[in-house]
Amino acid sequence: MMARKVQVLVGTRKGAFIFESDAARHSWSRRGPYCETWPIHHFIADPADGTLYGAGGNAWFGPAVWKSTDQGATWTHSSVGLAYAEGQTGISAVWSLAAAHGRIYAGVEPAGLFVSDDAGDSFAPLSALNDHPTRPQWNPGGAGMILHHIVPNPDNAKELWVAISAAGVFHTDDGGKSFSARNKGTRADFAPEGQREPDVGQCVHGLALAPGGKGRLYQQNHCGMYRSDNGGANWHSIEAGLPSSFGFPAVAHPRDPERVFLFPLNGAEQGRFPKGGRAAVWTSGNAGATWQACTQGLPDNAYFGVLRQAMAADRLEPAGLYIGASNGTLFASADEGESFVTLAENLPTISSIETHSFDG
Amino acid sequence: MAETAPVLVRLPAQFEGLFPEAPRLLALEAASVAALLAMLDARWPGMRDRIADTSPAIRRHVNIFVNGARGSLDTPLPPGADVFILTAISGG
Repeated sequence: MMARKVQVLVGTRKGAFIFESDAARHSWSRRGPYCETWPIHHFIADPADGTLYGAGGNAWFGPAVWKSTDQGATWTHSSVGLAYAEGQTGISAVWSLAAAHGRIYAGVEPAGLFVSDDAGDSFAPLSALNDHPTRPQWNPGGAGMILHHIVPNPDNAKELWVAISAAGVFHTDDGGKSFSARNKGTRADFAPEGQREPDVGQCVHGLALAPGGKGRLYQQNHCGMYRSDNGGANWHSIEAGLPSSFGFPAVAHPRDPERVFLFPLNGAEQGRFPKGGRAAVWTSGNAGATWQACTQGLPDNAYFGVLRQAMAADRLEPAGLYIGASNGTLFASADEGESFVTLAENLPTISSIETHSFDG
Repeated sequence: MAETAPVLVRLPAQFEGLFPEAPRLLALEAASVAALLAMLDARWPGMRDRIADTSPAIRRHVNIFVNGARGSLDTPLPPGADVFILTAISGG
């Protein structure tokens, strides 16, 4: 049965916001800012029960996972267990969250992964990743050395992928007991000649699992757009036909494994805004073989960026697509990117967009 | 006895939002800043983590003043001490 309501969850530099609509997605309510206006890098709802979780870090008070079980009326915050050993660099912020199979995962800066089995009240490290033998080869990207994507397999509680800047993609299929690097075929163009396809050190920006259960992943990297058809064991460039090889988010369609959405920017050293100032989502319906620009309702003369976690699809039919711009504009499409409307302007810089579709 | 006179603790203004149930001003008996934070954490779980990091040390942009002098976790608290927990200027 089709969900009757959708929430767009917006994490920003100054708190979290919720936009809510019925399935028509013509009329939206707005509430927030939440989380005491902390920088919220990622804001999600547990698909199982709608509990809200915010990933943040505050310059005064450190990292925390915020939680609300009453749709934002009241909040708690915890960093219990979000720690490396005494003497190591402390955790400054939580950057990513995932709720799957009854567990809450938290990705942090400096890059590491933690898991909660008590609904976000306390966390334990996944040491196989945090102490990975390749860790000395990890380097900070522009936002620090952050673990910014956690992609669980909805069909297998023991499998997930994470994305770290700049270390690359890592994978576990034994519930986190071991992690392996999954970067073969992705480039590190910023490395010296002859060292541009290392095992680790790539600057992944966006990572999305396609539906269908066949291990198809899409990746937006600092250096190219990629698809994997085997759970990340091998990656293939899909950037031919796109305006650049640079961008941040990658979004998979909720039901069609062939459909992917990207928001290419002009380049890493060219200002990081849409090429020619023409804002456009680029979509492919054949897994990256060919691309079309979606521009209707998106602005010209646009010099904003869209950050790594700041684009998402909903699960309605047709799928909605939401873009959070660095200038605080939120764009929404109720027709799979065919056309967009401006849902909000003048929000703080948007860090992340997620959706929650539910009967209510 | 003077030795067990409580210290007077003022919490940061931002704690009104972070810990709505905690008063701004309270009296506690604690022998050091570290002991004080442990007592605050026992009453309001999570409060220590907002004030101190896992180094362990007082967070970089938080200051704790004991009788007017900036303290550390090891700073002893004389009976009746005035303790201010304040946020430093930071942000953008």
